[in-house]
Amino acid sequence: MTGLEHYNYWIVIALMMSGLYALIARGNLIRKLIGLNIFQASVFLLYISVGFVRDGAAPILAPGVDSYSNPLPHVLILTAIVVGVATTALGLALAVRIHGAYGTIDDDQLDRQRD
Amino acid sequence: MMEELIDVLLLAALLLVALQVIGSRGLVAAIMTFGAFSLVCAGLFVTLDAVDVAFTEAAVGAGVATLLMLAALQRCGGESEAAPRVHWGALVVVLGVGGLLVWGTLDLPPVGEADNPAHQHVAPRYLEQSGVEIGIPNVVTSVLASYRGFDTLGEVVVIFTAGLGVWLLLSSRRREEGE
Repeated sequence: MTGLEHYNYWIVIALMMSGLYALIARGNLIRKLIGLNIFQASVFLLYISVGFVRDGAAPILAPGVDSYSNPLPHVLILTAIVVGVATTALGLALAVRIHGAYGTIDDDQLDRQRD
Repeated sequence: MMEELIDVLLLAALLLVALQVIGSRGLVAAIMTFGAFSLVCAGLFVTLDAVDVAFTEAAVGAGVATLLMLAALQRCGGESEAAPRVHWGALVVVLGVGGLLVWGTLDLPPVGEADNPAHQHVAPRYLEQSGVEIGIPNVVTSVLASYRGFDTLGEVVVIFTAGLGVWLLLSSRRREEGE
């Protein structure tokens, strides 16, 4: 399909940029982490889109099928999803800890407390 | 054709949900919409033939991550937030970077062609040999647990370290409260 061969990549970039925007613009630490997660998900989609083969089957060997999608990006992204949740958990623990120490998880209020 | 239509519609839905997550007022609403975002993502992975990834995303992304965020929110308390205002500096940065990235995609090979460079390296070997060498039909499992087993070992180390970090962060908090 002409005009649509890069459509996946463009949506990935739009998602990536919305995540980056949330990461910069939002003050609340949990909102920043949500932005980071959206950014991450866009990278997952990028890899899976690269590995996709049109009219190919999912990479599970079956008799009579000779075209499969690329299994390597799937493996990399499986690892990345789990690592992503681990880093999110660490970020959230930091947020909880900051809340325990300063009583807020808002960037601007934390700045004001420091001054 | 049908597959492409589903792909186009799901990606558009995904972008809408993501914008909804970022624009939503309350934190609980943002977190719950983020769970929906992960679920749409999982659906998209199924249409892109990545069924193992879809399972993981649905269980770990939509399930565990959402739960962790809700648990953290419960401890931090939902504060009253001002309506999100436009951050012009961030908008300029994001549009600039996004524009450059879109320009970069124009040189990429089209999505889904079987003769793309990404499909020429080790993937054909995995697809042809893993059935004989490892003996299980799911190639993703073969690569994950055998050919790239060290990656998975590294992943476990990362999870262990993160778990240790969370435990240290939260246990020191409890100690201070106890004193």
